[in-house]
Amino acid sequence: MDISTLFSAMPGAVSQGLIWGIMAIGVYITFKIQDVADLTVDGTMSLGGAVCILMLTHGQNIWVAILAATLAGMIAGLVTGVFHTGMGIPVILAGILTQLGLYSINLKILGGKANQAISADKYDLLVSLRYVKGVAFYKNAIFIVAVFVIVIIAILYWFFGTERGCSIRATGCNPNMSRAQGINTNFNTVLGLMLSNGLVGLASALYAQYQGFADVNAGRGAIVIGLAAVIIGNVIFEKIFHNFALKLFAVAIGAVIYYMVLQIVIWLGLDTNYLKLLSALVVAVFLAVPYWKKKYFNKPVKKGADNNA
Amino acid sequence: MLKIDHIYKTFNIGTINEKTALNGATLTLNEGDFVTVIGGNGAGKSTLLNAVAGTWFVDQGSILIDGVDVTKMPEHKRARFLGRVFQDPMMGTAATMGIDENLALAARRGAHRGLKSGITKAEREHYKELLTELDLGLENRLTSKVGLLSGGQRQALTLLMASLKKPKLLLLDEHTAALDPKTAAKVLALSDKIVAENNLTTLMVTHNMRDAIAHGNRLIMMNEGQVILDIAGEDKKNLTVEDLLQKFEEVSGEEFANDKALLS
Repeated sequence: MDISTLFSAMPGAVSQGLIWGIMAIGVYITFKIQDVADLTVDGTMSLGGAVCILMLTHGQNIWVAILAATLAGMIAGLVTGVFHTGMGIPVILAGILTQLGLYSINLKILGGKANQAISADKYDLLVSLRYVKGVAFYKNAIFIVAVFVIVIIAILYWFFGTERGCSIRATGCNPNMSRAQGINTNFNTVLGLMLSNGLVGLASALYAQYQGFADVNAGRGAIVIGLAAVIIGNVIFEKIFHNFALKLFAVAIGAVIYYMVLQIVIWLGLDTNYLKLLSALVVAVFLAVPYWKKKYFNKPVKKGADNNA
Repeated sequence: MLKIDHIYKTFNIGTINEKTALNGATLTLNEGDFVTVIGGNGAGKSTLLNAVAGTWFVDQGSILIDGVDVTKMPEHKRARFLGRVFQDPMMGTAATMGIDENLALAARRGAHRGLKSGITKAEREHYKELLTELDLGLENRLTSKVGLLSGGQRQALTLLMASLKKPKLLLLDEHTAALDPKTAAKVLALSDKIVAENNLTTLMVTHNMRDAIAHGNRLIMMNEGQVILDIAGEDKKNLTVEDLLQKFEEVSGEEFANDKALLS
C-alpha cells in the first residue's frame, strides 16, 4: 500500500466528485427544496451521457451535445412530473416508472449496445480523465468542472430568489399554504423536477466525456450517491453555511468527499464489488440520524403555542 | 360578495365511512358582512369554508365570489379572491422561509410569478412597518424563519398575510382554537382590527359561542350540512348563549352536542 498511489488517484477523485456534485445539486433541489425523493435520476444519469455521445458521433458541436443532454434530462423530469401531478401516481413510483422506461430509451440511443466509447483523440471533448494531470490549467478537468459548478450555483442562487423560485420553495415547504397564496403547486412540482433532472442530464454528459464512454448502467444507484453527497455536505457544513449558495456549494464538496473516501477505501484494498453495499449502508445510517435524534435525544416539547404571542 | 347556492358534498361515497358533509347549504354574504359560523362537531362549518376555498369541488350547487362563478375554479386560482387563516398554526405559513419571504409570497397572491426578484428592498421596509403595527416584536426579526415563531405569532402573521392583498373574502377557520385563551383573545382582537380597517367581508368559524356572539354583525348556525339559523343586526347584539342553545334545539329537535362549545 503505497501512499503515493493514493495521492496520484486524488485528482481523478476530485474531478469525478465535482461532476457528481452537479448531479447531487440536482438531487438537493428535489430532496431538500421540494421535499420529494425523485428516483428518475438513476435513468437520467445514463440518459445525458448517451444523448451527448450520440450528438458528438453525429458531428455536433460539444456545447450543442451538452445542451441536448440537459434538455433530455429536463424531458425525463417532465415525464415524472406528469406521471405524478397529472396521473396521481406517488412521486417515488412515478420516478421508478420513468427510470425503467429510460433504460430502454438509453439502450436505443446507444444503438442497442450497453456502452458506447468516445475517444478524446478523435473528438474535441470538454473534460477527460486524461486531462487531470500535466495539462494547462484551463484544460484541466477539475478546473473546467469547477467553473460549471460555480456557474450553476450562481444561476440557482439567482433563480430561487425570484418570484417563481420562491414559490417553488414554498411549494416544497407547505403545499397547502402555497395554494392558499395562489401558487400552482402542480406546475411548480413539475418545474422543479425538470430543473433537477436537467442538471443530472448535464452531469451525465460531462461524466460520459470524462470516462470516455456512455454506459446504460452509469446511473445505477445514482440517487444514493446524490443523497450521500447532500448528507455529507449538510453534516459537515450545517453549522457554518447558512447562505443558500454556500449550501449548494457544500453539496458539491460533499460529492468530492464521497469520491475521495471511495478512493481511500479502494486503496485500503476493499473488494470493489462491495462499494454499492457500503454506499447504501452509509446513506441509510445518515438518513436515520435525524430520526434517532428526534426519537431518543429530544426533550419533550410543550405542545401548542406559548404565551408570548 | 359571496353567494353559496345549495351546495352538496359527500365524502367516501359508497364506503361505510360515507358522510354527507354539506347537504344543500345556502348562504349569501353582502359586502362588509362579518359572519360568525357555529355548529356542533361534523355540522359542516369547516367543510363550508373549504368548499369556498376550493380545497375540493362540491358535488352540486354553485359558489359565486363577487359575481364570479368559482364552482369549478381550482384552489390556487380562487386564491386571488381569498384570504385564509387555518386552525393549525403550522398550516398558514412556510416554516423554512423567512417572515419577510412569507409576506412577499402573500403580496403576490393572484399575480403572475415570473423571474422578477422574489422580494424587494422597498417591500422589506413596508413589511417592517406593518409588523411594527402588530406589536409582537417581529419587526426586528424580519428574516427569521417562521418555524421559530410561536403559534400565536404565526396566526398573527398569517392574518397579516391574508389581508396584505385585500381579499374579496376573508376565511377564518377556527383560527384561535389551537391557542391558549390569552393568545386566542389577542389574535381575535387583531382579527377584528384587520377586518374593520380593511372593511373585509369575513366568514369566521368558531366553536366558541361567546366569541361568535361578540364578534361580527351576523351569526349563522349549521347542522347536518345546512344553515339552520341566521341572525343579524339588533337580534344578534342581544343574543345570549342560552338563546342560542334553545334556538338550536327548536330548529334541529336535538340537543347541542358539543361540550367544547358549552364549556369554553
